[in-house]
Amino acid sequence: MSKNKELISKIGLRLDGRRADELRRIRCKMGVFAQPDGSAYIEQGLTKVLAAVYGPHQVKNRQKAQHDTCIINTQFSMAVFSTNERKKRPRGDRKSTEMSLHLQQALAAVIETDLYPWSQIDVYVEVLHADGGIYPACVNAATLAIIDAGIPIKEYVCACTATLANNEIPMLDISHQEEVLGGATLTVAALPMSGKIVLMEMSQRFHLDHLPKVLNKALEGCKDIKVILDEAVKNHVAEMGSSTGWANSRT
Amino acid sequence: MFTTKSFIKKNKIGNFLKNVREHYIRDDISCGVPNCTKCKAEASSFLSETHINKCSLYNFNHFVILDTNIILDQMDVLEEPVISNVIILHTVYKEVKNRSLPIYKRLNAILDNPSRHFYVFINDHHQDTFIPEEDSILINDHNDRCIRAATSWYIKHLPANHFVLITDDNKNRQLAIAGQIPACTIAEYVKHLENKSLLEDKLSRKDFHTESKGKEIFPPHLSTAQLLNGIKQGILHQGTFRASKDNFLEGFINVEGFTDPVLVQGRSGLNRAVDGDIVAIEIFKKEQWVSPSEIILEDDGVSEEQIEDVEEKEKVLKNTTVQDSEIKPTGKVVGIIRRKWKQYCGILQGNSDGVYQIFVPANRSIPKVRIETRQADFLKTQKLIVTIDAWPRHSRYPHGHFVRALGRIGSQDTENEVVLLEHDVPHSQFSEEVLSCLPKLPWIITEEDEKRRVDLRDIDICSVDPPGCTDIDDALHCRPIKDGKLEVGVHIADVSHFIRPGTAIDLEAASRATTVYLVGKRIDMVPELLSSNLCSLRGGEERFAFSCVWEMDQNANILKTRFHKSIIRSRRAMTYEEAQITIDDKTQTDSIAESLRNLNMLAKILKRRRRENGALVLASTEVKILMDSETMEPLDVEVKKMYETNSMVEEFMLLANISVAEKILDDFPDCAMLRRHPTPPATNFDPLVKAGRHLGFDIQIDCGKNLAESLDNAVKADNPYLNTMLRMLATRCMLQAVYFPSGTLQKEDFYHYGLAVPLYTHFTSPIRRYADIIVHRLLAVTCAADSTYPDLLDKQKSSELCQNLNYRNRMAQYAGRASVAFNTHLFFKGKLNDEQGYILYVRKNALQILIPKYGLECTMYLVKKGETSIFEYDEETITQKAGDVVFHTFDPVLIRLKLDSSNIQHEKFTVQLVEPHIPGFSVSPLAELQEGMNEEGAKPVNERKRKSEETKKNKKNKK
Repeated sequence: MSKNKELISKIGLRLDGRRADELRRIRCKMGVFAQPDGSAYIEQGLTKVLAAVYGPHQVKNRQKAQHDTCIINTQFSMAVFSTNERKKRPRGDRKSTEMSLHLQQALAAVIETDLYPWSQIDVYVEVLHADGGIYPACVNAATLAIIDAGIPIKEYVCACTATLANNEIPMLDISHQEEVLGGATLTVAALPMSGKIVLMEMSQRFHLDHLPKVLNKALEGCKDIKVILDEAVKNHVAEMGSSTGWANSRT
Repeated sequence: MFTTKSFIKKNKIGNFLKNVREHYIRDDISCGVPNCTKCKAEASSFLSETHINKCSLYNFNHFVILDTNIILDQMDVLEEPVISNVIILHTVYKEVKNRSLPIYKRLNAILDNPSRHFYVFINDHHQDTFIPEEDSILINDHNDRCIRAATSWYIKHLPANHFVLITDDNKNRQLAIAGQIPACTIAEYVKHLENKSLLEDKLSRKDFHTESKGKEIFPPHLSTAQLLNGIKQGILHQGTFRASKDNFLEGFINVEGFTDPVLVQGRSGLNRAVDGDIVAIEIFKKEQWVSPSEIILEDDGVSEEQIEDVEEKEKVLKNTTVQDSEIKPTGKVVGIIRRKWKQYCGILQGNSDGVYQIFVPANRSIPKVRIETRQADFLKTQKLIVTIDAWPRHSRYPHGHFVRALGRIGSQDTENEVVLLEHDVPHSQFSEEVLSCLPKLPWIITEEDEKRRVDLRDIDICSVDPPGCTDIDDALHCRPIKDGKLEVGVHIADVSHFIRPGTAIDLEAASRATTVYLVGKRIDMVPELLSSNLCSLRGGEERFAFSCVWEMDQNANILKTRFHKSIIRSRRAMTYEEAQITIDDKTQTDSIAESLRNLNMLAKILKRRRRENGALVLASTEVKILMDSETMEPLDVEVKKMYETNSMVEEFMLLANISVAEKILDDFPDCAMLRRHPTPPATNFDPLVKAGRHLGFDIQIDCGKNLAESLDNAVKADNPYLNTMLRMLATRCMLQAVYFPSGTLQKEDFYHYGLAVPLYTHFTSPIRRYADIIVHRLLAVTCAADSTYPDLLDKQKSSELCQNLNYRNRMAQYAGRASVAFNTHLFFKGKLNDEQGYILYVRKNALQILIPKYGLECTMYLVKKGETSIFEYDEETITQKAGDVVFHTFDPVLIRLKLDSSNIQHEKFTVQLVEPHIPGFSVSPLAELQEGMNEEGAKPVNERKRKSEETKKNKKNKK
């Protein structure tokens, strides 16, 4: 029966009161840890993710070192208390390994890796609360952490989910409740400024006719997220800079 | 654009998990009132400035805000276009959805109608009206608080306008009035409306005269908590209540864990359960189990207060139920878990005056309903619709209210309307939107079309259908090709060319699902232009078709199959009879006659092969009613004639369906629309096996093939009709065949039991069945003639569609039967006939008799009221004995049939025995009475024929 449930009511509001094209509330903070070279915390709705970046540093396993590029090592883990039912292990299961790989793929697309031959960058993300859209939150957090670490990137990489509500209306930024009730979820990681897609994944099938509109919706979402992240980065830099005085001269 | 505040909601799923959900509070929600300067105008708001709610309770125009209980209980009042400018709060809207989906759907229908001026205000996401839930407050109180808060917000928000809260919840109303909110009950409100009489009848009265201290007729129900507890502990059981059609004091409940349905008997056993309700029952100890009574009891109670006759009947019931080997689990209803009350068609009993009337539903498994009305005299002549509101303990009948009148009792139109409504058949006119999807006339075949289709216009194709058929959806051809092979083609009307997915006409057809045939009336699935013209493969006209062409050898083995869209020109549209004559007439040697002969030859081989595989030949009493086209009165009832050509066409349709099923399953393993006929459980065959045993036949039911064989062998020379009767009984043991998308079941379950084929679908009647249109679309994709669309490949959607198709098909079948039954009644009006009948079942106090000539089933009571029976019932052999006459199942009898019209409200057949003669019970044959001639009953038949001929002549003269 739950499959028949409408994700968008006749009035055009979703179960949590958003409209179809609205993101959940995003709050983020950079430089949350002192030890790593870069770190960030992001909240997308109730989904909460911490990211930490170490490096670039010397490659630990020398055989893996490459002469023209740097290795990006990612580790995804979910806190045991992050889901409704307590998880048994925080990382190392198939899903986490897959997530790590996907994350690595998205980051490799933006980091200027050829600047750091013979070196390695470690990215650790930890999900504190999972409420749908874990992967996008991780990508967005990792982007912020990399910026915080001062690693040069081509542009922001942002990710967002989208789905089809009631089998016709494309809907942005899916919460856990909507994930469970609804059908296929499309996850897209994109470079919002150039419009390139670096990763795309679907949880189920839907008809090909639906794909363009859902994909467009997801890309719009990525652009919206980029604006929010950009703002956060600027605020952070202004805050950091204010202690030295140069930031104030900018305004 | 929005402010966000998240808050926490606890949700318990099984093992008490804490769920946290977001809840966004918005600042962009409009109040919906036109010309409000503070909110952004909401385009979707239908609230009107000009409409005025006239209620003398308030001397100003006002908007109405409703509480949840009003919507749940008083939907019939709200559906009348009297109360308008209504604001539905989102809190209420959600609660209605949770409490009752049917009501929610009806509410949505009103909301969608712009002329009703309803608006949903999303109070729970609005920044000013949102109230956080508090732990200490019950959800109901919280909702009431939200409603009051939203109402007072409206009053403050728009001081120039007025708002009235209508609620039947006393506490809520008092608190509202205390908070300076104008509030009243729906009854008060309706009473002060201008045209109140119409609405007052429709008010549902849950609470009416509860204060009366009547005798308590029924034991009380347990509380919900007690029920749930009981079920959890296994003391109580849950199931759907099915009332017996023959005995109003008996019903069955299918309970999980018991193979047999649980029997409940008597007033206290049934305890106010109505057919379809989900009830909780307590099952007695095994010593108290009884067998279902074999007697037939009718409720002929007159008024509400008297229950003496029920008590008497209960005694009868008790006496007849004995404890023997036939005992079934027995129990009693202790509570109702969910009522499944619907709207019921029927008439007023009409023997009482005053405002309280007893309503008799047409459906015999529904109890009589007491209603309150001020227009009883008018309603007594009408068929009407009534719904049940409540069934208090002190009332013999449930209380309900009048919904609407359908028309005069006995008129053909009213009866058709009743049949259609009772069976939920959508039968309104096609909307403008649907009609706009039709192609423009004159319709011509373009070059583009010719390019995309195979041109078969030079092949001699013909169609064979029943006489008077205007929606011809199949045509055939057969021609010899090289090496002595034959090319056989089945050409089906290409309806999917005209009905494109997603259009209004498509949605309408999907919802109608099938064309419904009533006597003298057809409810089309698609508009007439398509069904009788553009899609119909009429003789001599060029039409689009979807062709299935086989190459076959002389032994009807398929060598090659191909499917393609084509253009055909049928040479001739023939009737079965014409085709038969053409085949038999050896002098005709044109290509059509030749191809028909070949087809017939192949069909015989196919049929033989199918029967060898174990396909069942079943019998049913399908009758055709000849109507007088001018007076619309039935002239004669006759059993449908069958020619060889009927079976010829059927064979090729089956073959086409099977071929198509294989093809689409190959290409769409997940979403092919197929049709399956499940193997019936062995217990279903019990009556058949029992009947067979008493007659000395061993009916094997372990598989379809054995069943078919043993049915073939069950022949008795002295009773040639016996075999047909057995087959009829076998038909009743079967389950319904259903549509399903292939992805939802295992491959073994695709089997079609009746036809004994592993795969089957419907392809051959797209004009009158929607399933065929879907199959056409799938097939068109496989032969690259068309493209897919999302819903076609969606397993979920297909399965929903199948559910609707199955439901509508079943209902259409029932509606057709009901219509035939009514017309048979009409036909017998004022006639007195002796008819040949056969005993279908032997009951304890009655015989059920089938008259094959009219397909009529009737009950002959063996015991009259207050008399002792001269019959002895033998349970071992299931026979009734009187003197030296013994009645077995399937015995032929001659009976006198009369329609008892003494009570116009409720006409019944009275049945009297003519032969075999039992002194003191039988009546003497009609013919002897009249003229003493030997031709029994021949006279009336002849007379009738003459009459019909006369009317025909008259018609000719008129022309």
